[in-house]
Amino acid sequence: MIFNGKIPEGDPLNGRVPEGPIEKRWEKWKNELSLVAPANKKKHTIIVVGTGLAGASAAASLGELGYNIKSFCIQDSPRRAHSIAAQGGINAAKNYTNDGDSVWRLFYDTVKGGDFRSRESNVYRLAELSTEIIDQAVAQGVPFAREYGGLLANRSFGGALVSRTFYARGQTGQQLLLGAYGALLRQIDSGKIRIFPRREMLDLVVIDGKARGIVTRNLVTGEIESHAGEAVILATGGYSNAYYLSTNAKNSNATAAWRCYKRGAYFANPCYTQIHPTCIPVSGDYQSKLTLMSESLRNDGRVWVPKEKGDDRRPTEISEDERDYYLERRYPTFGNLVPRDVASRAAKAVCDEGRGVGETGRAVYLDFSDAIRDNGVEYIEEKYGNLFEMYERITGENPYKVPMRIYPALHYTMGGLWVDYNLMSNIPGLFVLGEANFSDHGANRLGASALMQGLADGYFVIPYTVGDYIAREKPEKVSEDHDAFKESEKEVKETTRRLLSVKGKKTVMEFHRELGHLLWDNAGMSRSENSLRHVLEKIPELKEDFRKNILVPGEADDWNKYLEYAGRTADFLELGELIALDALNRDESCGAHFREEHETPDGEAQRDDSNFSYVAAWEYAGKDKIPILHKEPLKFEYVEPSQRSYK
Amino acid sequence: MANNNMNLKLRIWRQAGPDKPGKLVDYTLDNVSPDMSFLEMLDVLNEELMKKGENPVEFESDCREGICGNCGSVINGIPHGGQHRTASCQLHMRHFRDGDTITIEPFRAKAFPVIKDLVVDRSAFDHILKKGGYISVNTGSAPDANLLPVAREVADQAMDSAECIGCGACVAACPNASASLFVSAKISHLARLPQGQPERKRRLIRLMEQMDEEGFGNCSNQAECEAVCPKGISIANIAKMRREYFKALRGGE
Repeated sequence: MIFNGKIPEGDPLNGRVPEGPIEKRWEKWKNELSLVAPANKKKHTIIVVGTGLAGASAAASLGELGYNIKSFCIQDSPRRAHSIAAQGGINAAKNYTNDGDSVWRLFYDTVKGGDFRSRESNVYRLAELSTEIIDQAVAQGVPFAREYGGLLANRSFGGALVSRTFYARGQTGQQLLLGAYGALLRQIDSGKIRIFPRREMLDLVVIDGKARGIVTRNLVTGEIESHAGEAVILATGGYSNAYYLSTNAKNSNATAAWRCYKRGAYFANPCYTQIHPTCIPVSGDYQSKLTLMSESLRNDGRVWVPKEKGDDRRPTEISEDERDYYLERRYPTFGNLVPRDVASRAAKAVCDEGRGVGETGRAVYLDFSDAIRDNGVEYIEEKYGNLFEMYERITGENPYKVPMRIYPALHYTMGGLWVDYNLMSNIPGLFVLGEANFSDHGANRLGASALMQGLADGYFVIPYTVGDYIAREKPEKVSEDHDAFKESEKEVKETTRRLLSVKGKKTVMEFHRELGHLLWDNAGMSRSENSLRHVLEKIPELKEDFRKNILVPGEADDWNKYLEYAGRTADFLELGELIALDALNRDESCGAHFREEHETPDGEAQRDDSNFSYVAAWEYAGKDKIPILHKEPLKFEYVEPSQRSYK
Repeated sequence: MANNNMNLKLRIWRQAGPDKPGKLVDYTLDNVSPDMSFLEMLDVLNEELMKKGENPVEFESDCREGICGNCGSVINGIPHGGQHRTASCQLHMRHFRDGDTITIEPFRAKAFPVIKDLVVDRSAFDHILKKGGYISVNTGSAPDANLLPVAREVADQAMDSAECIGCGACVAACPNASASLFVSAKISHLARLPQGQPERKRRLIRLMEQMDEEGFGNCSNQAECEAVCPKGISIANIAKMRREYFKALRGGE
């Protein structure tokens, strides 16, 4: 794509958001949705791609209702989806702690945390459903942390003044996923779900304007396969790995979503990429991923750097009055518990000033010595034992004795495929759930809200809205012999053949790393018009180099990991352009999208509501063409947009 | 940092496919940083191999933070390499020395056939859990979460068992290739909780039958499984599974 400075604009989008009092909207909406008769459900096949929290919970719930489900995942088992790695917890407005929480407050915190760039109605529904998720998970046997009285325990998370986070040690994602995986297995056992592990979705098949199936590659045999259905549900996660180094798993990728984009699904707000403040810093070029340390650590850990630049003494030798607890200093109310975007930028700022610590100077301390002194080692061990162990395993340092060194890393992407209130994309029959959609977190996601959204979408939203689609549209059956499937298979095979035939000199990892550096340096924690234009100039060169010089080993009809990586990296290259274009178009700062040209005198994100209070949804316009921008205006009827303050 | 770097000899199991013969192949890899993870070391080796026009070593890996259970190979004879409570992805090269020879093989068990090089098929685990490694509850029918108090110790014990990541190291370490630790962890997790009671017996019988069906061996108290488990799942779970089994046979609770 050669960017000439002009962005073509298409029709505005309608999110089909219900009217009326916000606390009644979802209930009223549900009551008006059409239903599929019990005996007819088994006549319909629904394809669910991805088995993380959103995908597994959707497949299981729809299977329970009686639909025929085909469930796909890239791992050898649905239990390994990357939701498994979520550590800290899941929010729910239960108010079990009697500290004043309510659905309203969770809604308010989430809209504010997202810096007023999300849809109020979606967020309210999310807050409303949060309580049912906890009930569901407990009934499944998820071993949440409990008080001595036997009731559920809670902890605090960033961006909130109440304690509403439920957790299972530092493995909340694992336990919730195993709960959803169990529900999925139960439907596999009952014959309602057919599971297709080790399959990668490589195309969406659209017939007469409706999503009618997918084309996949069998990762063991290399076979290209077609699967038809009456609806396709995409729950394939986010695109943090566009930045190469991120906290995502090695196989996390954007290919499924990207191929949908190229078939006409709009991609919304790609520039909203979240940087998590507490990750283990980079140690060398060979680094393959970054490891997150749960945000919950900020409940007891205090973040600091030396007051003086270039102070390279050991942390224990730096006295109290020579330390700058910069979060507590700048944000006395929220202190170490400011939202992620605020904490990340503050860390970058002190490192840019030359006060960063560790070998590279790109790290800050997260210090538990006060908490250990006040509450004892056992207290810390019980709350964070496994995280401390993990830190020591990776760095070789004991965080009970020396402060952790942490630095922000790419972690989550709020952007994703555009969906309406029913979680349906602009392509009828294509639904998008969890991190893969753009819907609930605005420009910044609060901690412990990703698990909440994935499960709300899968357990409690999609079973209603897919049914409505099928009942209203009455999609005719199509077969895998339809020409559209054959054509798509041919294209997919051709793409694979091309990747293998170049036999160039640069490996996939080299290209991916180069792209990652480019994006991290120029479209990462902060961006500017210049840096973004630089990305838009560089990526076409990188793409051209990739086309001529990529080295992919092995064969198409065999297990071939680097062939998988190559296809994903090719898509990340294109997505990288869209991230930069969206960030360039959004000439304001909001949440995690920080444009250097727009900051308040205090260094916070300066929004421009009069010009940018909209969702930017991009339509693919063809190879090398500038995509078309569709705007969905955002309406705030309940929470008055204001400058976020965590002071 | 650079002066601590190591030169290593690697002996890696190469096998082109499930029905193809396999063998150990020798490689050398220089300048390995002690801060690399074991899998990053393999990444670097693969970069070198591909540049030389050779096929890279296929291995499984995903989260690289010890929780997804995807990775796993037998390193110097021990699944995951023998570092206490550490999966292959979290094993770091600082535990090796310059000049070491490291032998890397796939997990071996009848129920885990090799797919390619270090990659094995562990779908047998899903086949077992499908038979009842869950509580049968439909979406939407759950009562308020706090209606059912669970003693903290009980929740903690259930969590100790529930931490299993399903990597299969326990099977690879067992001379009988038994899946007892894996299966018992799920049985204990659910048997301890009040929610797990209605299906307690049925779950136990179905899981144990499927375990045999998949071709895993029996437990003979070697305790190798516990020693290599990256999550430290205790063999007390196996004892519990057996007690549960006797109770079930007697028809009592």
